[in-house]
Amino acid sequence: MDYFLELFLGGLTRGSIYALIALGYTMVYGIVQLINFAHGEIYMIGAFTALIIASVLTILGLNSIAILVIATAAAIVYSSAYGYTVEKIAYKPLRNAPRLSPLISAIGMSIFLQNYVLLAQTSDFLPFPRLIPEFAFMEPVSHIFSSAELVIVSTTMIVMVLLTLFIKFTNIGKAMRATAQDKTMALLIGIDVDRVISVTFIIGSSLAALGGVLIANHIGQINFYIGFIAGIKAFTAAVLGGIGSIPGAVLGALILGWTESFATGYVSSDYEDVFAFALLVLILIFRPAGLLGKAETKKV
Amino acid sequence: MLEISNINAFYGNIQALHNVSINIKQGEIITLIGANGAGKTTTLMSISGIVNPKSGEIRFNGEVISGKKPDKIVQMGLAHVPEGRHIFPYLTVMENLDLGAYLRKDKENVKKDLEHVFDLFPRLRERKNQQGGTLSGGEQQMLAISRALMARPKMLLLDEPSLGLAPLIVKQIFDIIKRINQEDGTTIFLVEQNANLALKVAHRGYVMENGHITLEDDAQKLLVNEEVKKAYLGI
Repeated sequence: MDYFLELFLGGLTRGSIYALIALGYTMVYGIVQLINFAHGEIYMIGAFTALIIASVLTILGLNSIAILVIATAAAIVYSSAYGYTVEKIAYKPLRNAPRLSPLISAIGMSIFLQNYVLLAQTSDFLPFPRLIPEFAFMEPVSHIFSSAELVIVSTTMIVMVLLTLFIKFTNIGKAMRATAQDKTMALLIGIDVDRVISVTFIIGSSLAALGGVLIANHIGQINFYIGFIAGIKAFTAAVLGGIGSIPGAVLGALILGWTESFATGYVSSDYEDVFAFALLVLILIFRPAGLLGKAETKKV
Repeated sequence: MLEISNINAFYGNIQALHNVSINIKQGEIITLIGANGAGKTTTLMSISGIVNPKSGEIRFNGEVISGKKPDKIVQMGLAHVPEGRHIFPYLTVMENLDLGAYLRKDKENVKKDLEHVFDLFPRLRERKNQQGGTLSGGEQQMLAISRALMARPKMLLLDEPSLGLAPLIVKQIFDIIKRINQEDGTTIFLVEQNANLALKVAHRGYVMENGHITLEDDAQKLLVNEEVKKAYLGI
């Protein structure tokens, strides 16, 4: 039973990270119908930023909680700036181009950012300091659920709630939903659609950076390539749940996390990706729009 | 109030508008009639800043608006109800209406205006928590007009409000359009294929053919004009 619970909680942790990244994919897709393939790289840049800041602060002798908070904040700001800039450089000029063009541009951006970090940093795995302390109250259950995992899962949950409230009740949140549903009409009621798109990229990038810091801290090492793998997985989660749907991205991420965790635990870690993608194929056969996706029906 | 002078607009290489000039004075209902594809919608889209005319100038209350971004134009007091209504399908009626007042800061007056549109269209009050996409065509048209009114516009651009609606609903909506003009003093620019209906509520009318304005006159005179009768009124 302990083993099952451990896998369940491990899957929940994994799923939480996927969810943080998948939200960026799904929100951007909802607004501009673009798969932002450079999104995984934003997550990777977040992890690198946090590592650099954390290294400096460690030398200065701050305590680990302070380092964690400052490094995370820096990662969020830095990654947001990247996300914002990528949109302005690589996607905005192509807004009225055929849909394939921004997609290629996104893949180009992804390759560019990976190689940029490779050149600026190193191709080796770098150790990431463990900044989340072991909480005393977690002692009795720490063999199945670590403190770091608790922080990941609870942070993700809090962020999800905040995001939902933001989108439901703030003016800019309403403008985001309106833009996603009908861009021309959004313009006609006076919504600055360019601004909405920028805000969407900033929010998505912030969430990815947060995910990047949390997972790097949990796994303990990073390199320039982590964004690609995590990006593909999170994208799978977003498609699984129905791309464009926010609850869908979270649901898809959790299902994917559990599938991988149980496949690793009960079969073999070699097969975790096989199970993850087999699940994707299976769900898309029966629900082509994803679990919570809305099938496109156009009224004439 | 609105002066369109000699605008030319293109979609790619195809010219949709040829030297179109239209003049609308405060308090008027002006209609633009014409067949499918004549360029009526493009004219409205040019006013709202969705389509950018290649040459020519559009002025609203003396200020040049051609080339401005759509949100700046809405801010100046122009509200556009597009063809096909464009309701946000997954937002509730209330949320659709709230978004109509997106740029307004005077929250107290917004509340008053909400009551006003609910008085104009009591049906919307009954449906206020329903999703926009679940409304009937007529209700959606009412919501589209109400959403535009929530911006408290000086001028309302209406694109084919009668499209696809039952005659009884059309009559109801046109009565409201007249009321908005008479009671609120809102200037109205009405684009319609249903020429008979449009000319009956309008003060003046323009006729458009293949991107050119071919006729301009008092609505009453256009109603008895032989060419208009033959081409658009089916008499």
